[in-house]
Amino acid sequence: MSPELFSLSPIVLLCLFGMFLSTFFARNLGQFIIRFVRISGRTEAALQAAPPAILMAVIAPVAFATGPAETAATALTALVSTRLPLLVSIILGVIAVFCFRLAFAML
Amino acid sequence: MSTNTHSASAHHAPHSPEKQSEFFLGVTTILPLLFATFPIGLLFGTLATQKGLSALEATLMSAMVFAGGSQFVALDLWAHPLPWVSIMVSTLLVNLRLVLMGMSLGPKAAALRGPKGMIAYFFLTDESWALYERRVLTKPLSFSFYFGVATPFYLNWVASTFVGAFLGSQVADPAKWGLDFAFTALFTYLIMSFWRGKRTGITLAVSGLSAVVVQQLVPGAWYIMAGALAGMGSAAALYDPNAPQEAR
Repeated sequence: MSPELFSLSPIVLLCLFGMFLSTFFARNLGQFIIRFVRISGRTEAALQAAPPAILMAVIAPVAFATGPAETAATALTALVSTRLPLLVSIILGVIAVFCFRLAFAML
Repeated sequence: MSTNTHSASAHHAPHSPEKQSEFFLGVTTILPLLFATFPIGLLFGTLATQKGLSALEATLMSAMVFAGGSQFVALDLWAHPLPWVSIMVSTLLVNLRLVLMGMSLGPKAAALRGPKGMIAYFFLTDESWALYERRVLTKPLSFSFYFGVATPFYLNWVASTFVGAFLGSQVADPAKWGLDFAFTALFTYLIMSFWRGKRTGITLAVSGLSAVVVQQLVPGAWYIMAGALAGMGSAAALYDPNAPQEAR
């Protein structure tokens, strides 16, 4: 085993600990906040929209602002997702992006 | 919180059949996602070693942070000397969406209150959260189901990172085969599973457009929060108290 495979520098450990605190905080904050917020119909509508809104925001740069291959592959994945199981959809999406990238590179 | 039955034979068994079956239901629910995310972990481990992290450091990051999006952003910022403060802040920014997820799941998940719940929430991810949100539509979320989903997903993430880092540069560039798109394809599938008609379409359009605009104009990971809040805001704005309740 090469020694650098398992090396660990103190500054990296500090950074990892900082990242741990950030995620632990983010993951727990929501459930605390919501105990002190009265949920009206409107708030509930917003919270119900949270899942698709968040997931969409995460992928938007790749889906819409990276290139035509990624946009086309995202659209195709969305289309097949409505009728095919998860794993099949992902595999088709990966194959699609591979093919579209080749195709658009040749244009 | 726990539903301790007071039957005569119950010596408060942590491995009661009901809890076991709930745990395994969780495991089978997450199973397909393990195959989908293993390549992403491989990719992360490989990229991490190319950035100069040791296999141990890359694996520790996956074990301590367990949030793929922010880990990729951290690699993006990785440099010498290590800008650990910016990495910590951007980790928080990328993961602010977890605050919204906690707000959404919190009221529906009575089993996750208290100190035990704080540990449970550490294992919240986009993927598992989407499964929990779907679960609470039909049945209350149990602690056993929660960890039935979270445990294999966590181990899979840590293990795939280690394998990717161990193989390091020996693995051919995963992006060459389109595997970098697995993450986007997975999220696209999850988005479509929340489709509830035209309203969802509006939410998605507002969220996606806002995220792209903010991403182009504002450096850093603010676009996730901006898109999420805009999408949720549009849903709140379009809320009609007189409309018949939509099926959730």
